[in-house]
Amino acid sequence: MDKVISVSFGEVALKGQNRYFFENKLVRNIKNIARGMGETKVYKEQSKIYIEAEEEYKEELIKRLRRIFGIVNISPSYRIEKDIDEIKKHSLKLLEEVRSKRGIKTFKVDVNRADKRFQPNSVELAKEVGAYILSNSEGFTVDVHNPEAYIYIDIRTNCYIYTEKIKAFGGLPVGTNGKGLLLLSGGIDSPVAGFMIAKRGVEISAVHYHSYPFTSERAEEKVKALAEILTNYCGKIKLFSVNLLNIQKEINEKCPEDEMTIISRRFMMKIAEKIAMKEEIDALITGESLGQVASQTIKGINVTNSSVKLPVLRPLIGMDKVEITEISKEIGTFETSILPFEDCCTVFLPKHPVTRPKLEDIEESEKALDNEKLVEDAIDKMEVYEIRP
Amino acid sequence: MKVYLDNSSTTRPRDEVIDEVCHMLKVQYGNPSSLHRMGLEVEKRIESSRKTIADFLKCDKDEIFFTSGGTESNNIAVQGIINKNIRRGNHIITTKFEHSSVLSIAKHYESKGLKVTYLDLDEYGMINLEQLEDSINEGTILVAIMMVNNEIGSILPINDINEVIKSKNKNTKIHVDGIQAFSKLDIDLRKLNIDTFSFSSHKVHGPKGVGGLYVKKDVILEPIIYGGNQERGIRSGTENVPGIIGFGKAVDILKEKYKKEAEDIKRVKDYFVKKIIDNIEDVKVNSLLDDRCAPHILNVSFIGVRGEVLLHYLEDNGVYVSTASACSSHGKGKSHVLKSIGLKDEEIEGAIRFSFSHYNTLEEIDYAAQTLEQSVKDIRRITMR
Repeated sequence: MDKVISVSFGEVALKGQNRYFFENKLVRNIKNIARGMGETKVYKEQSKIYIEAEEEYKEELIKRLRRIFGIVNISPSYRIEKDIDEIKKHSLKLLEEVRSKRGIKTFKVDVNRADKRFQPNSVELAKEVGAYILSNSEGFTVDVHNPEAYIYIDIRTNCYIYTEKIKAFGGLPVGTNGKGLLLLSGGIDSPVAGFMIAKRGVEISAVHYHSYPFTSERAEEKVKALAEILTNYCGKIKLFSVNLLNIQKEINEKCPEDEMTIISRRFMMKIAEKIAMKEEIDALITGESLGQVASQTIKGINVTNSSVKLPVLRPLIGMDKVEITEISKEIGTFETSILPFEDCCTVFLPKHPVTRPKLEDIEESEKALDNEKLVEDAIDKMEVYEIRP
Repeated sequence: MKVYLDNSSTTRPRDEVIDEVCHMLKVQYGNPSSLHRMGLEVEKRIESSRKTIADFLKCDKDEIFFTSGGTESNNIAVQGIINKNIRRGNHIITTKFEHSSVLSIAKHYESKGLKVTYLDLDEYGMINLEQLEDSINEGTILVAIMMVNNEIGSILPINDINEVIKSKNKNTKIHVDGIQAFSKLDIDLRKLNIDTFSFSSHKVHGPKGVGGLYVKKDVILEPIIYGGNQERGIRSGTENVPGIIGFGKAVDILKEKYKKEAEDIKRVKDYFVKKIIDNIEDVKVNSLLDDRCAPHILNVSFIGVRGEVLLHYLEDNGVYVSTASACSSHGKGKSHVLKSIGLKDEEIEGAIRFSFSHYNTLEEIDYAAQTLEQSVKDIRRITMR
């Protein structure tokens, strides 16, 4: 008998022809997070992935596995021979282990037979194992509807038995669904937006706007810290840091005050699109949520959106602040997000921003600016950081 | 050019100090509590630092205790006095513009039922002696007050304060936070006749992580740190030897130079203030410009400019200053000191603290003043419409 960690993935297995591509990506992502965790071996066996690892690293390994998108469940398992007596013996042993931990009485045996040549079939095997446990122990009863513990038996090339399914985030392996450029501010929303799109398999890069010296260098450090937390889920992130101050100054001088925010946002989008083109990135990602602030009304979003051709993914668009905050706490970005440093949006905040801007008006105002040049200059001066987990 | 004008936050250690610190780390690394010769040699050096500092403050060597810094000294003294005397009374007095280390202790004990009076300040950062006198009662066990305010530099008349206290209740102890006063003012602890006095090394060109506390001979503190009874039980824990020896060296140099250096600093500051007043409109100088203010601190509000933005503009040009004191800038909200002297919101918002040292040259000051003028102009052009 050996102890292994088994990993199951839901959606990935359903992807037909692409299945191997997805699975191989997942294996690579698992190998990446297992680096530095002692001797490990990762292998596939009939649409499950198994990890042999040293006992002392297992807890940390499971913690990291939970952050890999594409994984649905994680189970510490016994790998044993495909032999009925072995299965019975270890099933009982495992159940006793569970009882000593949390004092259970009822159980159910759940068999999954990927190897159909193996006899007896699933139903019979479950019955036999159940009967063996009942007659070789005291105090257990079977409950098929509401058991306190499950004995899962997977018959594959080997046989795996386990009692626990630790839930992970699901989704698709990062790197299987193109690239997105996240507009990452220091707030609560944008890291969550990045997390949600990464969960759909998208590789994430990020762009951050600041207004130094109107904003603090510590604000940029905070954004780097947020990106670093995100790397736990989506691997390394290329972070572009762009100073928006010159553009804001120009807008401030030449455009109506109440349009400051919306025109700035359009510039952020245009700069992001330009970076995306250069980096062969297919979409922009923002943390906008409908109605949250003045620039995030439908009309506002319409005007912002019209500044670019690339699709803009807005995974939080229909979510409330409370829901977003919950996710940010779960993924660990909340504490960093609420550190009190100014971001560039608050520097030139107009007293009464337009909430129902008209595209024609905004475009008319923008005529006062040398848009192309401003975007080019900002990109020329931007800094690029590689953020690694 | 790099111009460091944040000397109330911390100072550049002198080269001689750095050499001593390195020597203690490289050569004399013994533990002063060890019985062997290496320990004994280090112990002797610590005692010699203690002597240097005691001489400088004009007190006995036995009255000086080494700590990890100003905050710890304030904690050991204030908590030590409260805990020792709590049976005799349950009232203490402090001011509204104390350093956060003292205010936090006061707030903490207040939440546990101790009565605390927070004295008001006038626009110059001075307390009203009558209010002090009225506040003292039978149960007043401690008055904790600073000698020099860290944000605006006002000097409190400790002598007069102490007279008022002792004439009203001779059992009331007085703790003086001397962290910004140390090495900038003449201090004679024998004449001052106060109970405890805290000071810090890194504010006077010594290393960080070391400070001191004067405790008058007959005053007993209940320790807040327990352990191996180092520093005669007042501050257990292996001594920060390189720090203490470096501190000793810093004070050794000060002994000769502090008067002249303080005068030089004052001259540099006056030169700078004149430049500001002559060249920049809409400013309010929040520090007094006479001898009721410490020589090294200058607080100025630039109306219509956010202090933090100005700070980053200056830093971008190599000039380093503070908004509120470095310690409270981690907390949210506005400076409690500037609020306490009655500044308006926009004056608090636009306030910058410049603090000088003898390292600052007139050439540096010219550059800083010029940079300041330009930055204020730029910011105002951008933000005022």
